[in-house]
Amino acid sequence: MPTMNLLQAINNALDIAMESDPRVLCFGEDVGGFGGVFRATSHLQEKYGRERCFNTPLVEQGIIGFANGLAAQGHKPVAEIQFADYIFPAFDQIVNESAKFRYRSGSLFEVGGLTIRAPYGGGISGGLYHSQSPEAYFAHTPGLKIVVPRNPHQAKGLLLAAIRDPDPVLFFEPKRLYRASTGEVPEADYQLPLGEAEVIKEGSDVTLLAWGAQVEVTEKAAELAEKEGISCEVIDLRSILPWDVETVAQSVLKTGRLVISHEAPLTGGFAGEIAATIAERCFLYLESPIQRVTGLDTPFPLTLEKEYLPNHLKIVEAIKASIDF
Amino acid sequence: MTTTTASQVIHEPRFMDGDEFHIATFALLQQDGTLFEGAQAPELDRETARRIYHTMVLIRVLDERMLAAQRQGRLSFYMQCTGEEAAVIGSAAALDDDDMIMAQYREQGALAYRGFGIDEFMNQLFGNAEDYGKGRQMPIHYGSAKLHYMTISSPLATQIPQAAGYAYGQKLDGQGRCTITYFGEGAASEGDFHAALNMAAVHRAPVIFFCRNNGYAISTPSVEQFAADGVAPRAFGYKMHVIRVDGNDVLAVYAATREARRIAVEHNQPVLIEAMTYRLAAHSSSDDPSGYRSKKEEALWREKDPVNRMRLWMLAQEWWSDDEEKTLQEQLRREVLETMKRAEKRPPPPLASLVEDVYAEVPARLQEQLDALEAHVRRHPEAYPKSAPGLDQGGA
Repeated sequence: MPTMNLLQAINNALDIAMESDPRVLCFGEDVGGFGGVFRATSHLQEKYGRERCFNTPLVEQGIIGFANGLAAQGHKPVAEIQFADYIFPAFDQIVNESAKFRYRSGSLFEVGGLTIRAPYGGGISGGLYHSQSPEAYFAHTPGLKIVVPRNPHQAKGLLLAAIRDPDPVLFFEPKRLYRASTGEVPEADYQLPLGEAEVIKEGSDVTLLAWGAQVEVTEKAAELAEKEGISCEVIDLRSILPWDVETVAQSVLKTGRLVISHEAPLTGGFAGEIAATIAERCFLYLESPIQRVTGLDTPFPLTLEKEYLPNHLKIVEAIKASIDF
Repeated sequence: MTTTTASQVIHEPRFMDGDEFHIATFALLQQDGTLFEGAQAPELDRETARRIYHTMVLIRVLDERMLAAQRQGRLSFYMQCTGEEAAVIGSAAALDDDDMIMAQYREQGALAYRGFGIDEFMNQLFGNAEDYGKGRQMPIHYGSAKLHYMTISSPLATQIPQAAGYAYGQKLDGQGRCTITYFGEGAASEGDFHAALNMAAVHRAPVIFFCRNNGYAISTPSVEQFAADGVAPRAFGYKMHVIRVDGNDVLAVYAATREARRIAVEHNQPVLIEAMTYRLAAHSSSDDPSGYRSKKEEALWREKDPVNRMRLWMLAQEWWSDDEEKTLQEQLRREVLETMKRAEKRPPPPLASLVEDVYAEVPARLQEQLDALEAHVRRHPEAYPKSAPGLDQGGA
């Protein structure tokens, strides 16, 4: 099995998707001959031609509007937004159009072929506009699916599933891991299920929940906690919308404790939704308040990035607070 | 590396404001139904002309009747197309029937031209169980997959870049089809308009951008919408073919759109058409134009009525008669009224339809919400007269 980094896995998934279905197109800013500012679309234009892999003018609302039309027409556009921080000009096209296309027409029309890829997250000295994690804005929008992979194997399988899914999918890629995360990735075409969380380590004392780049941080926290005799169950949520309530609830019914971590700010972050739902579902089984370890309620800072981010030490403290409650 | 800019070099600062471009208005038909001197009518056969005119009369009757129904409280909302029938129907007639139409909301005439039945209009207006959109959207948000008329949405201009993308897909399919997208001059101020024209020009999408410049966006006159000479000159900035046409002249609209379609399909190039017209009615049933414009101005435009103009031309062609006019008017009035009465009585969509079509399949969490809602409605049937009877019959 070949070893790939996260970018290579994404590039490989796009290649397979375009190869296996002539209706799949890749486009966005600098996506064409150059292959994207992160090289996620390298060589795709050479291989599949300018009509199927191309640069667009620099206009996010245009990219997604155009993609909505193509998807409604029956093609399968994989549109790239260069940084998740710049997805907001397309917010209207995504929230009012992509998400509601099927519902408002009673399924006469739909844009299920649409996939939007965007690098997200901090840890790369990106400051305010190259670090954001906007998943919670979109999680409030029925009609969308939101997926965040944590490593190359996940990225390939989830992206292929996203492209072939009958609903529009936002696919947020942890750019801090683009080259940092490597692992074995099957060469073959495979898919991982959307809407399903994955228990990546079983434990009995506390459930730790994260997604994307934050899973690695959470795993590190789990290792430290285990050294102190705390058995951690670690779950990668993978899909933010719809999210896998069942897997998380089952775990919390067993451990009685939950620590959720994400890079995005606390207030209105997706951990809030999870905490409220798990409190409803598992009230009598909870032995301590659900902990949220997140970014601060500030814009994403440059110099004090390390202080801002919810690192493994903060998570370990939250685990202990949960155990000692 | 190529660049699109090959510019002459000058040595004194010379500013330009585009005033040297004057875009003329293409017009063929005068208000009395005769052609301008030297003007030539497009090739338009008797059958097509009658189909266009029939659709115009239908839309007039429908708009009049449904506005009245809204005033009577039988309908929550309505928007008329009055004054813009030639622009909308004349352009739709110039397309192939399987070209895609992506409209704003004042283009019911294009849909009617394609053959959308009065019954289908009514089902949407009343949001009953027969409505294709399952009663989810406000009245006039029509859609028809079989007639290639994309379902309308309220956010302005969002359909314009979508039309560019749709047309690009048609180009890839190589079936010789194109897309027309309609929008008002107000919507053309949205960023999506710019995004769309630029994307379409760069990627050579066979799309016709059809602007209905009717002078007003709700209460805002076009002089407060843009400083330039209308919407048409913007095409130059995108290197796009453009034409301005008298929107109340069905022959000019038809001829211009036919040629635009040819350019789009044969050369894979987008075209912008600006149809100069006037919104004779209120913006919507929620608007009263007397607060922002004069009766005198309205009267001036009523004299330029596009439907009457076409009628006079049809009479002169001997393709239409006063008797036929009378019969058609009476027949359509009766049909609209009777169809409306039937549609009003149809049941609402079932409660379960609330959660359908959000996704291709209903997610577990959404199904739970529906189950809870159904149980609640059963406990309080008196509070939910629309859905409770359906639940009783449906059982569960």
